[in-house]
Amino acid sequence: MMRHVGRKIPKIDGIALVKGAPAYTSDLDINNNALTVKLLRSPHASAEIVAIDKKQALAVPGVECILTYEDVPDTPFTLAGQSFPEPSPYDRRILDKWVRYVGDEVAIVAAVDEKTALEAIAKIQVTYNVLPPVLDPAEAIGNPVLVHRSQPHTNFDIGCVASKNIAAADTIGQGDVEAVLASCEVVVESRYRTQAQAHAMMETYRATTCFDVNNRLQVMSSTQIPFHVRRLLSRVLDIPRSRIKILKPRVGGGFGGKQTAAVEIFPAMVTVKTGKPARLVYTRNESFCCTTSRHAMELTVRLGSDRQGNIKAVDIYCLSDTGAYGEHAPTVFWVVGQKTMPLYAAAKAWRYHGHAVYTNKTPGGALRGYGATQGTFALESAINELAEKLAMDPAELRLHNLIREKECHGALCGSAPGHPARLESSSLAACIERGKELVGWQKNYPCRTSVDGTKRRGYGMAVTMQGSGIAGIDTGSVTLKLNEDGFFTLAHGASDMGQGSDTVLCQLAADVLEVELEQVVVTSFDLDTLPYDPGAYASSGAYVTGNAALRAALEMKEKMCLSAARLLEVAPDEVQYRDGRFLAAKGESLTLSELAGKLCSFAGKEQLVATGTFGGATSPPPFVAGFAEVEVDLMTGQCDVVDYVALVDCGTVLNKNLARIQVEGGIVMGIGLALYEDVRYSARGRLATGSFMEYKIPSRQDVGEIRVEFIESHEPTGPFGAKSIGEVVCNTPAPAIVQAIYNATGYRCRQLPATAEKILLAPGPGGQKQV
Amino acid sequence: MRIDTRINGRDVVLEIEEGEFLARTLRRYGYLSVKEGCETGSCALCTVWLDNSPVLACATLSGRVSGHEITTIEAVAEEAGAFAEFMVAEGAEQCGFCSPGFTMTVLAMKRELKNPTDEEINHYLAGNLCRCSGYKGQLRAVRKFMGVK
Repeated sequence: MMRHVGRKIPKIDGIALVKGAPAYTSDLDINNNALTVKLLRSPHASAEIVAIDKKQALAVPGVECILTYEDVPDTPFTLAGQSFPEPSPYDRRILDKWVRYVGDEVAIVAAVDEKTALEAIAKIQVTYNVLPPVLDPAEAIGNPVLVHRSQPHTNFDIGCVASKNIAAADTIGQGDVEAVLASCEVVVESRYRTQAQAHAMMETYRATTCFDVNNRLQVMSSTQIPFHVRRLLSRVLDIPRSRIKILKPRVGGGFGGKQTAAVEIFPAMVTVKTGKPARLVYTRNESFCCTTSRHAMELTVRLGSDRQGNIKAVDIYCLSDTGAYGEHAPTVFWVVGQKTMPLYAAAKAWRYHGHAVYTNKTPGGALRGYGATQGTFALESAINELAEKLAMDPAELRLHNLIREKECHGALCGSAPGHPARLESSSLAACIERGKELVGWQKNYPCRTSVDGTKRRGYGMAVTMQGSGIAGIDTGSVTLKLNEDGFFTLAHGASDMGQGSDTVLCQLAADVLEVELEQVVVTSFDLDTLPYDPGAYASSGAYVTGNAALRAALEMKEKMCLSAARLLEVAPDEVQYRDGRFLAAKGESLTLSELAGKLCSFAGKEQLVATGTFGGATSPPPFVAGFAEVEVDLMTGQCDVVDYVALVDCGTVLNKNLARIQVEGGIVMGIGLALYEDVRYSARGRLATGSFMEYKIPSRQDVGEIRVEFIESHEPTGPFGAKSIGEVVCNTPAPAIVQAIYNATGYRCRQLPATAEKILLAPGPGGQKQV
Repeated sequence: MRIDTRINGRDVVLEIEEGEFLARTLRRYGYLSVKEGCETGSCALCTVWLDNSPVLACATLSGRVSGHEITTIEAVAEEAGAFAEFMVAEGAEQCGFCSPGFTMTVLAMKRELKNPTDEEINHYLAGNLCRCSGYKGQLRAVRKFMGVK
């Protein structure tokens, strides 16, 4: 009996947030005595620090401390928030003698206020030995200019070879791809480039630190990964984890950015050094220039098929630009393959290979989609090109070759050598069919011209998959506590950043416990009170932590029945629980609140707590079929996405509102990626898009119609049949829109974004010029 | 420097720094609904009303509000709450960080526009950025709140 799952339930914190209640890090951090922390940053893309003179800066009244690489621990680490042992290389220090990109930290300054800190920063004199940078990822491998001069520690082999500027490398596959390609009647080979994209979450990065009343280092942070932050700080600062207290308030958006511990270490270092509270709030410019962005990639795709459209081979070579540090470098690179190769299961020969390389630029990192977005653009663009070469409907080509339920594929997350994981749920074929209906595919594809001939509408499509958590690694827990009048506290560390995991987990628990939603209250703020969870990433909330909530609730129900049996003095198997009431076979009964009251009385003496833990052996993929209708102004190159239709298989939809908004928000982020969002650099490696003036994210005037429908499959391993939703939704817009532009204009954009300039400067229909 | 102003219906005297912008001043005085999201007047998270018209508090010098009246969402809680019901019914607040400023613009729009078209709504609200929602849910909420026919 589902009462909450599947409904349109508002987010439990929604009303308060809209009304402006203080809920975020800077709202709760109201210690007026906290020092303001600012960072002196490198103006050079690559340099050695020869000398730092901080005398004049220290003389500024109100300056508390100035820390350079000589003042802080030398422990190498990674800022990537990943389960230990992290795959990312330990290639950075808190501060280093070597700076590796424009914006790299040189000194930490703490002062009584911002003005004083900035004045001090201006007075620090640094002598640099400026070195030539390597900026182009295509020239990184084997370049005599090295981003890292020594080989960083890695927890296991990720193919890192610092002496060649390689952060990570890998090859996975099956069959002889070269031989199969050579024997194919039709081969498509294309090279695609995806740009770096900024997270641009509305709340910039921030953390505030102090020693609490028990003399523990307290860190309040806007983070997706509170447990990883604690582990990281403990290691780098050499403080036992038991001496660190982490608080996670509401988070003003993250999108993966806050899966990297970008800021916590700096105020923590100041508090450790001075004993005083400290606060660091990144400016928007720092958020753009000095954190992470989506890894820019160059992807070479080769597809082979017969003339009937039976795809025989898929090969993708990926060159990923991880910038100055390897945060998420191996994993984003792997995910490109994991979330593309399984799609066309008809291809029995497949290979994914390549390198993530260091350059002297802002580091790459986790961003919603995490490699799948880049891989999907390349693979789906190539599929569209193959369809054209075969003179086939691209929807039909996909339907003919896509993985189906109960098929296995060795690239699916959770596969082991010789044991490919199995796809248990998919409604992707139905998604494609329904999408065709909704956009009038048969009638409209590939394009139509406006009445006056100056505008043309084109249509395109793409499909994608993601995962639900990281199979065999990430493990989340939920603890439920029965309170004295029969309501429950649900404690979890899944780190809601707006997607609504606090709400959805309560829905799941309330359904199992057969109570109203209001009877489950959530706590997710203070790590001391929360069971372990890796955090909000890898699309794990609904599936991994959701499964943990389900298990916790089932265990709680069992424990309550045992306690009710004891109090009713009947055998445990004589008690049944239904809708908040325990019924014994002979007619005696207890309400939930009576039970709860008795258990905390002298007579009952029992505090009920139940914990559920889940880690997935597989990572069930959600799917999206995306259809774009664009209108291109042939006079200006302006491209409007007038209609975007997304058909989504996320298994059971746990919350119709929150799922729909996730889809709409992801699509708009994907539209930005497709058309204009672009992290750009100057010739000397300075990031040129450091504000919302230079880095355009979509505004509400840029968004046309978006139509979302869910076609539910049932994932047998998911809570109530659910899979994830958060990331898969931003993958289809780029390839679908680019295909639609091609169908409207004849210009095929293989290098994102497809700006108006590129569209206009390309030759007319049929030109197929590569820009 | 000291200024006399009126915030949320009360006369107040504020001590401000030279060159300080209103968003900072308001946060310093505990009006924590006012969020800051950029340094370039681009995101409108900091929207408050100056003499009942929406302004960007991050681009308004505090010294210039002397003698004027400022309204933050705290003062229009009831109306904001009514709009919030429509927002959460769509799930359109998500992280919520842009919501207070957005709501202040929406409430101002409601005073100005009757039965607006989608284009008029999107034009009025264009400056209010949101990275989570994709805007469509916000549009649905606004339409319902405005009673668009």
